[in-house]
Amino acid sequence: MKFSRRTFLKASGAAGCSLAAYAALPEKFLLWAEEQGMLKASYVPTFCEICFWKCGAVAKVLNGRVVKLEGNPAHPGARGKLCARGNAGAGLLYDPNRLKTPLIRTGARGEQKYRKATWDEALDLIASKMKHIKSEFGPESVALFTHGTPTDHFLPLLSAYGSPNVGMPSFAQCRGPRDVGLELTFGEGIGSPERVDLTRSKVLVLFGSHLGENMHNSQVQDFADALAMGTKLIVVDPRFSIAAGKAHSWLPIRPATDLALMLAWIHVIIKEQLYDKAYLDAYANGFTELAAAVADCTPEWAAHETDLSAESIVETARLLGHNAPNVCLHPGRHATWYGDDVQRSRAIGILAALLGSWGREGGYFLATRTSLPKPESKPFPEPAKAPLNLGNFPFAGAEGVTQEIRRATISGTPYPIKGWIVTGTNLMKAMPNQKETIEAINKLDLLVVVDVMPTDTAMMADVILPECSYLERHDALAVGKGRSLSISLRQPVVQPLYDSKPGWWIAKQIANRLDLADYFPWQNLEEKIQAQCALWGVNYQELKKVGTITIPNSANPYITAEAPAEFKTGSGKIELYSKELKEKGFDPVPRYTRHPVPRQGEFRLVYGRSPVHTFSRTANNPELHELYPENEVWINSGKAKDLGVINGEYVVLVNQDGVRSNRIKAKVTQRIRTDCVYVVHGFGAASKSLSRAFAKGADDQGMITRYAVDPICGSTGMHVNFVRVEKEGVHA
Amino acid sequence: MPKYAMVVDQRRCVACMACVVACKKENEVPPGQFRTRVVEQVEGEFPKLRMELRSELCNHCDNPPCVYNCPTGASYKSPDGMVLLKKNRCVGCKACVASCPYDARYINEEKGFADKCTFCSQRIAEGKQPACVSTCIGKSRIFGDLEDPASAVSAALRDNHHDVLLASAGTNPRVFYIKKFGKPE
Repeated sequence: MKFSRRTFLKASGAAGCSLAAYAALPEKFLLWAEEQGMLKASYVPTFCEICFWKCGAVAKVLNGRVVKLEGNPAHPGARGKLCARGNAGAGLLYDPNRLKTPLIRTGARGEQKYRKATWDEALDLIASKMKHIKSEFGPESVALFTHGTPTDHFLPLLSAYGSPNVGMPSFAQCRGPRDVGLELTFGEGIGSPERVDLTRSKVLVLFGSHLGENMHNSQVQDFADALAMGTKLIVVDPRFSIAAGKAHSWLPIRPATDLALMLAWIHVIIKEQLYDKAYLDAYANGFTELAAAVADCTPEWAAHETDLSAESIVETARLLGHNAPNVCLHPGRHATWYGDDVQRSRAIGILAALLGSWGREGGYFLATRTSLPKPESKPFPEPAKAPLNLGNFPFAGAEGVTQEIRRATISGTPYPIKGWIVTGTNLMKAMPNQKETIEAINKLDLLVVVDVMPTDTAMMADVILPECSYLERHDALAVGKGRSLSISLRQPVVQPLYDSKPGWWIAKQIANRLDLADYFPWQNLEEKIQAQCALWGVNYQELKKVGTITIPNSANPYITAEAPAEFKTGSGKIELYSKELKEKGFDPVPRYTRHPVPRQGEFRLVYGRSPVHTFSRTANNPELHELYPENEVWINSGKAKDLGVINGEYVVLVNQDGVRSNRIKAKVTQRIRTDCVYVVHGFGAASKSLSRAFAKGADDQGMITRYAVDPICGSTGMHVNFVRVEKEGVHA
Repeated sequence: MPKYAMVVDQRRCVACMACVVACKKENEVPPGQFRTRVVEQVEGEFPKLRMELRSELCNHCDNPPCVYNCPTGASYKSPDGMVLLKKNRCVGCKACVASCPYDARYINEEKGFADKCTFCSQRIAEGKQPACVSTCIGKSRIFGDLEDPASAVSAALRDNHHDVLLASAGTNPRVFYIKKFGKPE
């Protein structure tokens, strides 16, 4: 409909003052109409799902359309602010490329040919295939890959169906080794949001973490506060990141040698007795063994490994020691780098323990001890077969090891996997070695993808189910365990567009068709949320209005005389020396091993984040695409000159296995070492249904054909590929 | 009468672009155009590098060339210090775009008039902060009344060295930049 300002005025005149009837009012008139006093905005609180920080957001709605999103001041992760991506949430809601109806595949897998289907047809098809797999192979032969809030709906579905095989890339492709390393040291992880006490730190260390570019709302707020207060920042990164630009010391380390630097720091701190003796005496085990193990890890030795000067290593070690315990060694988040990542995380934990910073101001604060009662629910059936999602990794987490499910799908052992349900994750971009992922998918009888957007993974599916965006649905209450305990509500801001449906509805519908309705004993999710609120003594009507409620007096951030630290390790103490690891045949104290280095003409491919994108999820969002439409490959100026590559020209990356990337712009810069190149993750979409993101930029995951599996927890180190940089159109 | 101004504390900026998106949404800035941007400037040679992150926007100059050069009187300086535009008077001649030394203006092709940062005057009228300030993750952008000694901008300027962009242009900007630590002499 063409809608000029004149016809609009006529129409509004005819309808008197009320514009409520004008559902088709073009967006460009909405703010004007508000300015003229013809429309009144309503504000609805919810929480964001553009990333996993789950910030409280308040949507401004005019005439049924979301015109703006702002941070909810009551939410501890947002504090009234949203990042660029959160601000652009409506870009997802109104993306014309969204999945609109259920789709059933008509072409070969990967051909991206689909026909529209009704919900009944699509759900019946899924249910009949799942019933077939259950009777033929057993329920364990269906696996779930999931991330984010959809997990709250689909994991119960999988468990009710009878399968233990869940795989969340957030473990083996992300946080897994970090959490396992800290659990082995302190008996618990650092949580999400990480319990880093940045605003009270005198010294903050970032290992590869590029806060600022890596946009975690409240944490970056704290980071900026710390910078403004003069916290000394040490950034260990082969790239001059935004954070490095703010640093007191930037240590441009040779990639894959971080552990050598950490062991040398431990060496200096022990040798110069800069550690917190009283804290270690009270809380830690294995100091003697640790000291012996790092006796040879001198700064001079580490200097040779890391390409840093011995002086800078000693100087930074002393800076840490002299400011203990108010030192925060940020354990990072995406920690799957080189395959010895649990041990790197252990080394960070050991350093933090030596400095006495766990449970102390400026270090890591303690999680709230307040908890909420679990609602009663029907117990899930016990699977007949052992789970295969943990592989043979003694410390694999309950989130599962994704590539073990993939491996079993390909090999059929220890038992076949015949169905995958994929929710909230784009596996093709999340898991290394896409060839294996495709090979596994080709063995399946059923691949269901539930998503808002036609991702690369969705376009491999047999059945695609269009989930509505986070602004159109209820989800489970988000319980935030930060300093305090908080409860946040996700509620629909507008009604679902097209024929999309909320995740909870989809899971319940599938359950109904599998005779599992008992596990979803409510009409709609709001009913379940209300019951939960009643159980927790939370006023639901109030929660609907404010979005987030923080439980008062639930914080206990530091160790005090009245509340001494408790560690849930085997010994009840911090384990500088890990008996658990020793028993399973691993190094009880982290030990440095050399990793392969790039050959002549090659660069190590390292990747990271842009502040305006989340994973591969947002590349098609019009409002974010505008700011960073395609990734660039950062290449050192000197190296670029040798290759004849100029800034801004398109090049192609070719990895050690001969895989060629899409064309990608060269960012020729002094801001990176000569032995690596850097790209932002998540570009180069293969899905033709993503009109903006398709084939824009290079897909780093496509270049990651090799991965180094951590034997301790099964996570996949993905900074282990080497690429050549070729000018576009030149074939070797 | 308040005297509105903005202070950009560059030490706090992490170039996260939240301001840019919030501004575009608040003010319906057309695709491809911006009322504010974050400039990332790096000097030096590896590994001795220095970085400056600088949010740029309309400086709401006290001596505004865009106002003097506007042939129709559309651009004007409001009593509270903001450089604003009467849309119905603008003919889209681009004289203001050309005369602004800060490249702060654009022609809104959809609507046919010149446009720029207004300090979100519509939000100020509601007692809110400008959208960029309100969402600024690093609290790098500070907004307030220079006439009020207790305001955040007054305090920030009192406590820190500060600069304006292109001081030599003689425009007397109302947007101030804090680069370094330390109190003024």
